[in-house]
Amino acid sequence: MDALTRRRMLMLAPLGLAAAAGGGFWGLLMRMQQGTYDPHTLPSMLVGKKLPSFSLPGQPPSSGFSSTDITAGGRPALVNFFASWCIPCIQEAPTLAQLREQQVPIWGIAYKDTIPATAGFLQQNGDPYVRVARDQGGQVAIDFGVYGVPETYLVDKDGVVRLRWAGGLSDDIVRDTLLPMLKSLA
Amino acid sequence: MSPELGHFALALAVAIAAAQAVLPLAGAHHRDARLMAAAPALAIGQLLALATSFGCLVWSAVIDDFSVFDVAENSSTNEPLIYKITGTWGNHEGSILLWCLILACCGAAVAAFGRNLPSALRARVIGVLGLVSAGFLLYALTVSNPFLRVWPPPLDGRNINPLLQDPGLAMHPPVLYAGYVGFAIPFAFAVAALIEGRVDAAWGRWVRPWALGAWCLLTSGIALGSWWAYYELGWGGFWFWDPVENASLLPWLTGTALLHSAIVVEKRDALKTWTVLLAIGTFSLSLCGTFMVRSGLLNSVHAFASDPTRGVFILVLLALVIGGSLLLFGLRAPQLAPSGVFAPISREGALVLNNVLLCSVAAVVFTGTLYPPFAALVFGATLSVGPPYFHLTVVPLLVPLFLAMSVGPVLPWKRADLLPGVLRLWWAAALAALVGIAAEAGLRNAFAAAGFAAATWLIVGAFAELTERVRLFRIPLAATWGRATAQPLAVWGAAIAHAGMGVTVAGIAGMALSASTIVSMHPGQAISFGGYDWALTGIHSQPGSNYTARVADLLVTRNGKQVALFHPSRRNFAREQQTISDTAIQTNLVRDLYTVMGDERDGQVVLRLHVNILAPWIWLGALIMAIGGALSLADRRLRVGAPARRRALLPVRVSSWTR
Repeated sequence: MDALTRRRMLMLAPLGLAAAAGGGFWGLLMRMQQGTYDPHTLPSMLVGKKLPSFSLPGQPPSSGFSSTDITAGGRPALVNFFASWCIPCIQEAPTLAQLREQQVPIWGIAYKDTIPATAGFLQQNGDPYVRVARDQGGQVAIDFGVYGVPETYLVDKDGVVRLRWAGGLSDDIVRDTLLPMLKSLA
Repeated sequence: MSPELGHFALALAVAIAAAQAVLPLAGAHHRDARLMAAAPALAIGQLLALATSFGCLVWSAVIDDFSVFDVAENSSTNEPLIYKITGTWGNHEGSILLWCLILACCGAAVAAFGRNLPSALRARVIGVLGLVSAGFLLYALTVSNPFLRVWPPPLDGRNINPLLQDPGLAMHPPVLYAGYVGFAIPFAFAVAALIEGRVDAAWGRWVRPWALGAWCLLTSGIALGSWWAYYELGWGGFWFWDPVENASLLPWLTGTALLHSAIVVEKRDALKTWTVLLAIGTFSLSLCGTFMVRSGLLNSVHAFASDPTRGVFILVLLALVIGGSLLLFGLRAPQLAPSGVFAPISREGALVLNNVLLCSVAAVVFTGTLYPPFAALVFGATLSVGPPYFHLTVVPLLVPLFLAMSVGPVLPWKRADLLPGVLRLWWAAALAALVGIAAEAGLRNAFAAAGFAAATWLIVGAFAELTERVRLFRIPLAATWGRATAQPLAVWGAAIAHAGMGVTVAGIAGMALSASTIVSMHPGQAISFGGYDWALTGIHSQPGSNYTARVADLLVTRNGKQVALFHPSRRNFAREQQTISDTAIQTNLVRDLYTVMGDERDGQVVLRLHVNILAPWIWLGALIMAIGGALSLADRRLRVGAPARRRALLPVRVSSWTR
C-alpha cells in the first residue's frame, strides 16, 4: 500500500466509525419502536439461575449480609442496588417504602458509596431495607451484572433469580409485574 | 390568526433555506458572481422569516391561545408571563424551532460580518449553513410542527413542568443552544474548505473568531445548567455525569481543542486536516447532543422532552449531515497539502498535546455515556457506569492537561527548549507546591490539597507569560503598566481564560471539603453544625401564583451574630401533583450556606443543611473563561474583521469635522 492510499484509508476512518455508531443507533431505535428494546427490561444472564454468592460488610448500624441470608427466610425477596448519587433512586424510594409496608423483604446494597453519604440518603428517603450492605468496590455488582443504579432483583425462596428490573421501580411496575410474580412464587 | 402566520413563515423559511443551500453553492461552483451575491440576502431573509415564525409562537403563548397544541400542553392562564414565554422553548417542538432560529442567526451573522471573506468561500459557507437549516426546518415543519391546532381548544393549558419554572432554566436553553449551534459556523467553514480543496493560514484566521464565539456561549450555557442543577434540584452537587450533561460537555471538549488547533493553522499553517476534522466532529457532537436528549434513548432526569418516533427522522438527518461531511472529508482531505513537521517541544507541540488530552477526555466521557446502551445491543451484556467511572478515568487525564496548560504558553513557536520555559515557571510551581502542602497539612484531604495546588499552578501560571512580556519588577512599574496596556487583548484573553479554569478547579476542590447533614427539627429547636448555629423559628404555609408552599424559617447565627435568615420551601403544584423543593442559599463567595426542606412529620420537619466551601467559584471560573474568550474575540475583530470597514468610514468622519 503506498502512502497516498494509506492516507486515504486513514481519512475515511472517521466516516467508518460514524457509520458504525449510526447503524447501532438505528438498531436500537428500531427495536425500541417494535417494543423489543426497553432500556429497563434488559435481558439478564442471571434470570433462572442461582444468585451469585457473596458476603458484604454492613452499612452501620445495619450488619452486613451474604447471599445465604437472603434465602434463609424461606420466601421470595428483593435485592435492591442503590446509591446516594443516583436520582432515580430517590424517585423509587416511596415505592420501596410501600413494598416494605406490604411485608416484602428488601435487601439493600449501597453501590460504590461512602458511609456518610449512604446514611444521609437513608435518613432523607427512608430505610425500607431488611439490612443494608456496602458494595464499595462494585465487585458484587459486577457478579450480578448491574447495568446502573437503581436495579432490583427478585429472588425466589430457593435463591433463583426470577426477575431483574434495571432503573427505578414505580407503582405501576409493582402492581402489574412485581406483586403478581411475588404472589405466584409465595 | 397568528399561528397561521407563524406556520406560513415557517414554510417560507424552509423554501428560503432550500434556495440558500442551492443557489450560492451552484454559484460558487460555476463562478457565477450574481448567484454568489444572493447568499447574504437569502441568509438574512431566512432569519426574518424564522424570527416572525418564532415571534408568532411566543405571542400565541402570551395571549393564552390554547387552540395551539404546543401552548395547551405547556402553558396555562395562571402562569407568570415570563414562564409563558420561556415555556415555548421548554418543550420539544418549540426548542427545535429555537434551534433553527439560532442556526438562521448564524447564517445571517456570516452574511453580515463576513464581508472580508473571499466571495466564493462566503457563498459556500452560507450555502452549507442553508443546507443544514433546510433539513432541520423540514423536520420542524413536517413531524414536529409547533403550530398544530386542537379543536375544541381546552379551557386551560396543562402548565409547564414545575422544575422548569425557574429564571435560571429559562435562560439556560437559549444560551446552551447558541453554543451548540454556533459550532455550525466552523463546521460550514470546514465543509466549504473541503469543497474548495484549500485550507490555509487565512482560513484558520477566519474560522477562529466564530469557534471562539460559540465556545464562549457554550461555556456559559454549561455553567448555567450546572448552576441550575445545584440550586434547583436541591441535591447539593453541581455535576452529576448525567447523559444530558455529558452531551453538552463533549462538544465543549472538542470545541476547546478546535480553538487551540486553529491557532496552529493560523500561525504555523500546520494541523490543517486535523482542525477540519475537529470542526466537523464538534458540530456532529452538538447535533448528537440535541438528538440524544430528544430521542429518549438515554433516560435521565431531563427526559421530559423525549419522543422516540421522531428519532428516525432525526437519525436520517444526522446521517446525512455527519455522514455527508465525513464522506467529503474522506474524499478531499487526502489531497490537502500535508502539514509540515515540527519539533515536539514547541508551542505547537504543546497545543498538539492539549488536543490529544482534550480529545482523550472527550473519548472517555463519550464511552461512559454511550457504552451502557451499546453493550446491551451488541453483547446483550450489562455494565455499570456512574460518577465512580468518570472520576477514575477523567482525573488522571486532567493532571497532564493542567500541567501543559501553564507550560504551553511560555514555549516559543517552532523550536524550543523545555528547560528555559519551565525555569520561567519555577515560582508558579513553588507556589503551587506550597499551597498544596499547606492545604494537606491544614485540611487533611489529599484530593482538595491536590486541587488547590493545581488551581494555584493554573492561575499563577496563566500570568507567567504576561509577567514576562511586561517585565514585571524588572523595569519601573509605570513602564510595566504601559507594556501591559499595549499587549494584544488576545494575550490577556488567553491568560484570563486559563486562570478561569484554575478558579473552577479551586471551586471543585473546595466542594470536596464541604459538609452536609440531615436533621429533623421542630420549631423552636436549634442545632450547631459546620461552625454555625441553625435555629428553626417556624413553619408556615404560603400561597404562590400556581402552587402552594410550606416554608421553613431558619435563623443562622455565628457567635451570636445573625448570618442569614433562610426560607427553604416545598412547593406543591396541585395540577401536576408534583412537589418541588425550593432551596435557600446564602453565599459570601467563600462558602455557600445551602438549605433544603424535606418532609414534615409529627410537627417536625426534615432539613438538609450544607456548608459548601468555594462553591460559587465553579461557575465564577466558567464565567471568567467566557470573559477571557470574549476579550480575545474583541481583539480578533479589531485585527481581522473591522479594519477594512474602519478605514472606509474614516474619511467621511474627518470631512464632517473639517466642515
